[in-house]
Amino acid sequence: MANKRKKLVLVGNGMAGVRTIEHLLKLAPDLYDITIFGAEPHPNYNRIMLSSVLAGGASMEEIVINDLDWYRENGITLHLGQAVSKIDSDNRRVYAEGGIEADYDELIVATGSDAFILPIPGADKEGVIGFRDIKDCVAMQEASRKHKKAAVIGGGLLGLEAARGLLNLGMDVTVIHINEYLMERQLDRPASLMLQKELEAQGMKFLLKKQTEAVLGKQRAKGLLFKDGSMLEADLVVMAVGIRPNVALAQRSGLAVERGIVVDDYMRTNVPGIYSVGECAQHRGIAYGLVAPLYEQGAVLAKSLAGVPVDGYAGSVTSTKLKVSGVDVFSGGIFVEPEGARALRYQDEIEGVYKKLVIMENKLIGAVLFGETGEGASLFSLIKSGENIAGREKELLLGLPADALASGGGGGSGTARLEAMPVDEIVCGCNGVSKGDIVSAIEGGCTSLGQIKGCTKASASCGGCKPLVEGLLQIHAGDDVVTVKEGICGCTSLSRDEIVADIKRMGLKTVKEVMNVLEWNNDEGCSKCRPSLNYYLGMLFPAEYKDEKESRFANERYHANIQKDGTYSVIPRIYGGVTSPTELKRIAEVAEKFDVPLVKFTGGQRLDLLGVKKEDLPGVWEALDMPSGHGYGKALRTVKTCVGSTFCRFGTQDAMGMGVRLEKAFERMNAPAKVKLAVSGCPRNCAEATVKDFGVVAVDGGWELHVGGNAGIHVRATDLLGFVKTDDEVEEWASAFLQYYRENATWNERTAPWVERVGLDHVKQVLSDEAERKALHMRLRDTLDRTVDPWKQIVNEPELRKNFERLPAAEAVSVSAADRNDRKEEESA
Amino acid sequence: MSQQVKAGKLTDIDPLGSRRLNVNGLEIALFRLSDGEILAVENRCPHKGGVLSEGMVCGPVVHCPLHDWRIDLRSGEALDPDKGCIETFPTEVQADGTIYLTVPASLLGASGTDTHIA
Ligand code: SRM
Ligand SMILES: Cc1cc2nc3c(=O)[nH]c(=O)nc-3n(C[C@H](O)[C@H](O)[C@H](O)COP(=O)(O)OP(=O)(O)OC[C@H]3O[C@@H](n4cnc5c(N)ncnc54)[C@H](O)[C@@H]3O)c2cc1C
Ligand code: SF4
Ligand code: FES
Repeated sequence: MANKRKKLVLVGNGMAGVRTIEHLLKLAPDLYDITIFGAEPHPNYNRIMLSSVLAGGASMEEIVINDLDWYRENGITLHLGQAVSKIDSDNRRVYAEGGIEADYDELIVATGSDAFILPIPGADKEGVIGFRDIKDCVAMQEASRKHKKAAVIGGGLLGLEAARGLLNLGMDVTVIHINEYLMERQLDRPASLMLQKELEAQGMKFLLKKQTEAVLGKQRAKGLLFKDGSMLEADLVVMAVGIRPNVALAQRSGLAVERGIVVDDYMRTNVPGIYSVGECAQHRGIAYGLVAPLYEQGAVLAKSLAGVPVDGYAGSVTSTKLKVSGVDVFSGGIFVEPEGARALRYQDEIEGVYKKLVIMENKLIGAVLFGETGEGASLFSLIKSGENIAGREKELLLGLPADALASGGGGGSGTARLEAMPVDEIVCGCNGVSKGDIVSAIEGGCTSLGQIKGCTKASASCGGCKPLVEGLLQIHAGDDVVTVKEGICGCTSLSRDEIVADIKRMGLKTVKEVMNVLEWNNDEGCSKCRPSLNYYLGMLFPAEYKDEKESRFANERYHANIQKDGTYSVIPRIYGGVTSPTELKRIAEVAEKFDVPLVKFTGGQRLDLLGVKKEDLPGVWEALDMPSGHGYGKALRTVKTCVGSTFCRFGTQDAMGMGVRLEKAFERMNAPAKVKLAVSGCPRNCAEATVKDFGVVAVDGGWELHVGGNAGIHVRATDLLGFVKTDDEVEEWASAFLQYYRENATWNERTAPWVERVGLDHVKQVLSDEAERKALHMRLRDTLDRTVDPWKQIVNEPELRKNFERLPAAEAVSVSAADRNDRKEEESA
Repeated sequence: MSQQVKAGKLTDIDPLGSRRLNVNGLEIALFRLSDGEILAVENRCPHKGGVLSEGMVCGPVVHCPLHDWRIDLRSGEALDPDKGCIETFPTEVQADGTIYLTVPASLLGASGTDTHIA
């Protein structure tokens, strides 16, 4: 049986080779008898972690990837400490130095690389080592016990990691680098300089633009001599100037070798039956020095050895991170902008953050991050995917929604970036205000955010650019900046909480009264404060307060979405997105009868009739005979559902039923901002409940409740509020959450920023108090029970309905200017 | 030369509300301020043609419903920082509440000019 298997031999018991075997064993466990030769006396270990071992963060045992049991369990014959010295490709047999030989049908050469030791006089002295394997690590640890001064030649990734480790071992470390700045293969100059500063602060010393000419000393290294004649004392010299693919064996055995062993897209060498992966292989001219591409190569080779169809290896884009210096550095792709590319930079010297994106034809091709590397992975995936990033540059550069940068309103962060920003770059995207416009406004005398808003409109719409405007203010107005206490709008300096407290304390009952008593500086307010006051009053006094439609935005006054040409769109409520043929027919008939220009499915699982003439609105509503979907209001919008257990094979609960129930429970609910719900029937979450204000996900035996999600301007996934068992509990918790939000959020603040502001724990704490939860639930119920469908109301009340019609065809009277004046005099007489 | 037009009654317009009317092809918005004053302007925002009659009235100013420009209903001027101007039309309210407004003939479409010229 066993002799039916083919023989596979791996030369090189390192990361790439063994990874290939692991992969192959998963795909075809019984296809080969496997033999592995390793020159090192250790099982396969994680070479990357050597830096951490040296720096004291990991033990040798911890970095083993495949222990000896693994080899045994998989029936692998392992020869440790056996370097293969000869491949006889004619007879398909390998020979190791210790006398062991093995036949093969297929052979993988994965001999990795060696540390490159500079060919200078004295390089062979004791105390001169590379940084490549466990042996080197042990040598450094031993040296640190007896000696004080270490020199690391090479200011690249490896050299700096070695230097950091030696510092940890208590040595006095100097890094010698031939280039004028560190890590030039991964970093551009600004990032490199920040890195150097940081490492110097940690105690590392640097000699830059220095070329080492010789290692001094008798038997053991004592120092270094440089080309410029200067010298450095050192009794340990670590050479980290690069790696050389380990190709000696291949060369000797007749494989085609250039820099590395030449392979094709299937990792085949020029000799039949011999493959190569890892640092020793050269694919399309490149020999990689990082594991990710090597693992990709391994996967391709494993598949083809297993007889699984596979696309060839096409090369990799690489990224690196400096792991142990205590400084976060990330570099990926092409980080020096080539011809035709542009670079975006963000630099914050105070926080020690630097970011650079290299963009070509709207694609991210490279990135350097210093100080904050959290987005490294996501940027790297954009680099690899090559997707279009037009319009997202700023978000990607800042790594977070722009307004999240405004910590405390100081706006200090990003100063350098703002200074570097071209004058014609648009700061406020909503209103097309450039940096230049803002700077001139400041120079023209604006000294507060409010004033800038007033004279340029920057940050007057979505507010996303507020931190940038504040930053510019800081830079250009400096000490003159007036941090006026910002009220809810230009009409008052009072905050939302102050206003709500005053309304409660003084029992103010109308918008006008609030503005008078609280001494608004604009008698009749503005389009910001009036709607918010109208909301607060209605929320506080659901029974007494009479909604002031004149303080509502057009959409909420006419109960439809105004379009750019003054027509409106109509979205009837379709509970839970569940409709019927009859309802659909009716909608179709209405659309035809009123010549509706466009009918569209919305993103919220309902139908939108767009382009309805204002005067037709009541007629359309009447004919539809469906309630308003409130697609226009700061109100409950849709409750999206998936099909759930009613039909879906995975459904655990009746998602549609729950969605319809919640929509019926909360329809017509006004809120500080729009509110969207969704109910999914299982964790596959087809209704996207985890980006809703309140999302419900069914699981076996109950419902998960999620809050604070948003899929709009800044995507935010929900936080898990809790888990409940019954349908009634779902409604009660939803109701309590929504009411608590209604009572506490600022007008125009959606649940996502609100939850972030007050904290999920706080919300949880309030809602888990059963008495409080029930009270909140009752208050919302009481409020909602007083509401009526606005469409029906307008249709039935002529006083309201008249506002949709044009004034009756104006009867014209011809008069002369003189006549008119006469009449005026009569009147005043 | 101008044309005088009878345009409904005061009570046709809610306080801080607005009604539209069409005078020979010209769209006009009539506003009723908090003190009962009636003002008439061309129903087109100088910004991007927003329908001003749908805007929120604050004092003698209307906020355009589309992008929140503020238009002074007495002068027709957009308030700072925006620039632009629209036509305003003199109005009168009779004792019985009837509203009259005066529209210069030059602004009316061809059909308007030949019928009612003073
Ligand atoms: C009709 C619809 C697009 C469609 O054809 O699918 C739509 C249309 C508008 N959306 Fe939306 N949104 C529509 C679904 C969405 C969704 C998806 C959803 O609800 O599942 C989102 C992202 C989800 C979310 O809100 O978290 C969405 C995020 C926004 C936002 C960003 C909100 C945010 O908090 O970030 C705005 C701007 C705003 O509200 O200030 C907006 C604003 C608008 C307005 C109202 C802009 C305006 O003020 O005029 C658009 C009205 C168009 C019109 O004249 O009718 N729309 N909008 C969708 C109506 C759904 C419905 O049945 O009610
Ligand atoms: C200190 C350090 C830090 C690193 N940090 C990172 C990092 O952060 N990220 C990253 O992606 N990469 C990092 N690397 C690089 C990464 O470790 C290598 O790319 C990877 O290990 C290469 O895998 P390989 O299998 O090709 O070679 P190796 O892992 O070197 O394996 C080759 C093996 O073959 C053996 N061998 C050689 N010749 C023979 C022979 N004739 N017969 C038998 N056996 C032989 C060698 O002894 C060795 O064990 C780091 C490397 C070092 C040294
Ligand atoms: S994304 Fe929404 S707001 Fe933007 S154009 Fe589409 S419908 Fe309008
Ligand atoms: S059209 Fe009126 S503000 Fe834009």
